[in-house]
Amino acid sequence: MSGHRRIWAGWATLAGLVLFWFGLTTWTGIVSAGRFPSPAAFWLSLVQIMTRGYAGGQLVTHAWHSLELVAMGFLVAIATGVPLGLWIGWSRRAEAAINPVFLIIRPIPPLAWIPLAILWLGLGDAAKIMVIWFAAFVPSVINTFSGVRTIERPVIEAAQMLGTPLWRFVIEILSPAAAPMIFTGMRLSLQAAWTTLVAAELVGALVGVGVVLNVAQQDIYPGMILVGMLTVGVLGFATTWLLSRVEHRVLAWNVAAKD
Amino acid sequence: MSGRPLSLGETIAWGLAGLILFLGIWTTLSISGLVPRQFLPTPLGVITRFVQLLTTPFAGATLPQHLASSFQRYLSGMMLAALVGVPLGLLMGWFRLLDDILSPIFEGLRFIAPIAWVPFAALWFGTGIGGPVMIIFAGAFPPCLINAYRGARFVDPRLIEASQMLGTGHLRTILEVLLPASIPSIVAGLRVAAGLGWQSLVGAELIVAAAGVGFMMVQAQANVSTPTVMTGMIAIGIAGMLIDVLLRYGEALILRRRGLVV
Repeated sequence: MSGHRRIWAGWATLAGLVLFWFGLTTWTGIVSAGRFPSPAAFWLSLVQIMTRGYAGGQLVTHAWHSLELVAMGFLVAIATGVPLGLWIGWSRRAEAAINPVFLIIRPIPPLAWIPLAILWLGLGDAAKIMVIWFAAFVPSVINTFSGVRTIERPVIEAAQMLGTPLWRFVIEILSPAAAPMIFTGMRLSLQAAWTTLVAAELVGALVGVGVVLNVAQQDIYPGMILVGMLTVGVLGFATTWLLSRVEHRVLAWNVAAKD
Repeated sequence: MSGRPLSLGETIAWGLAGLILFLGIWTTLSISGLVPRQFLPTPLGVITRFVQLLTTPFAGATLPQHLASSFQRYLSGMMLAALVGVPLGLLMGWFRLLDDILSPIFEGLRFIAPIAWVPFAALWFGTGIGGPVMIIFAGAFPPCLINAYRGARFVDPRLIEASQMLGTGHLRTILEVLLPASIPSIVAGLRVAAGLGWQSLVGAELIVAAAGVGFMMVQAQANVSTPTVMTGMIAIGIAGMLIDVLLRYGEALILRRRGLVV
């Protein structure tokens, strides 16, 4: 399918969707205002949260706070997950020792850690960072590990024959060779991080996009629910886009990344 | 990698060492009181609680009863996701216009975490069965749709040409050419969907539900009963693993029957 046709179809669909939305809510009232907001109600909610604020802050405050938590949990997960993945990819003993523990922890979905995190760290930021870390940690370990395992033996043997010191080996051979897989892991981690954060904020928090959703649900305020959902979508899209820019920059040498 | 592969004995020895270290640190932290016992029970304490909950009710039901009500919602959500997602995916793979219209919508919805549907789910379908089912649906639907769509799009063109030459209609082409050819892709999608659906169920039960394992965990959290929270985590982990094993087995069975794997 050609790109032009795709883009054109995208705009047409969007226009159709907006018309459909007007039609069902404002013009005919088939969908009642208590179930789904009309475009006007949505706009009013958006203006309200942008200017006067809602659920304890303006939209920018909530969005920024969520973004900060995701970034922090994500970075901690990458900073711990990638080295661990490199290590167990490299050392068969480390793999054998860590694998059983990993097999026990892995089937527990990140969302199931939320009650424990709240019990341990309360409703503040620390608990959110902990669950995001858990959610993003596993994909980054697994993908880094598989990335290391794809390196061809001759490369490793050549480096060893030349007596490359360990730190140079990790930085100049192991990490670049595993980089494409590391980025695959990061993309999965990022998605997991957003899902987990929204869930954690819905369970309990003071500021954040999830709080907007939660308060709007309690107030039975469909316009604000829609604002919250769209904010989650926009933030998810923006961070994914940012990560793909970084990936293109870092992996410029890799043809596979230029698909 | 570094050196030769380990022998079976070495693998087991290192594995045991890792497990003992993990459980040792956990037990030491708990017994020494470095972390208050109330917040970190010993591994044995958690297992005892697990066994206890098999027969003693907590938050209105025993663990098996909570699991049963979780499974009931889970199965409804999954069935709905498969029954809507797979046919829609096949239709999108066949009718170009439908693809053009729906693809941009799903492309946009992809970025909204399924759990963000909770407020609308609660508003539209309540917090009993309908709300959680919709969240599971939101989590499990995309892989069902996408894999059926991809399967249908990448069917060998010769098969389609052959069937068109014979004058096969739309419905029959979809049912008798696209569907069978996409089965491997659809089954793979269902397995991914099962995992995501299970995740979403846990999330939904933490937020809106009056029964189920997730609900039990939230109640335990409110009562500061750490062993019960951990029991819930273990139960969710084991159940999720069983679902995955079962589906992997089913997938292998289907692929083997179709002669795709020797």
